[in-house]
Amino acid sequence: MSGFAIDPCAKCEEVMQPYLDGALSDAEIAEAHAHLELCRYCAKRYRFEVELRHFVRQAAVEEMPPELKHRLAQLRTPLL
Amino acid sequence: MSETSQETEARRLAAEARDRVRFEEDALALSDQVYRVARHLVGSREEAEDLMQETYARAFRSWRSFRPGTNLRAWLLRILTNLNIDRGRKIQRTPESQPLEEGDYFLYNKLEESVGDSSPDEERVVERLSQDSVVSALSAVPHDFRDVLVLVDIGDFSYADAAQILDIPIGTVMSRLHRGRRILKTQLADEAVGAK
Repeated sequence: MSGFAIDPCAKCEEVMQPYLDGALSDAEIAEAHAHLELCRYCAKRYRFEVELRHFVRQAAVEEMPPELKHRLAQLRTPLL
Repeated sequence: MSETSQETEARRLAAEARDRVRFEEDALALSDQVYRVARHLVGSREEAEDLMQETYARAFRSWRSFRPGTNLRAWLLRILTNLNIDRGRKIQRTPESQPLEEGDYFLYNKLEESVGDSSPDEERVVERLSQDSVVSALSAVPHDFRDVLVLVDIGDFSYADAAQILDIPIGTVMSRLHRGRRILKTQLADEAVGAK
């Protein structure tokens, strides 16, 4: 049933996100891994996806304004 | 006898006050992480700040409904996403006109083309993207997809946590995440090289 036998790069592209999410079965992981070992085209794109996720996460970080933290603390129940 | 029950009551109240203080401290300690997600669930910093204040006001009021030992960050984000939906955020249409049939390699291929080198390193390809382009591309992803995308890819929540926070099936989390990432990539390609 494996698409890796028919069109390995297309199959690799299809499973790339679940592979990165750790959402594949052990058998599927092994197949994707084996293909990535052999195929430079997909390996490059795999490394790019890893970099991209990292980049998006970093780029999206916006620190909370300190005044907001202060205002949140003021919402606490006053101690009697 | 009545003195004893008064003492019991006083002890109970003191224990409750301790639990509450502890809950509030724990919740506040997570506020940076909650804000990081909140900031990208809404369009602006001002909205994110309002939403955070509403969320914490509600969390402090209903702290008794939190079950100690469960995921407090997920609990706070569940309140936050519910409030965000209640605020009647604008209905955004999914950009159906954009072809989303492109596979996952679409963004890489576009960027690689634009580097103008036959086989550049991945790092050089990622360098085509700017921090601002990520922020604006995220804000262009329609809400339903963005909620999942931000929770999983920025908030580091599992599929199961995201499903619980948004009260949707796990299969829906996966399909929205898949589509959300594709939309994000289309937007990024657009910003970086004017893909359209």
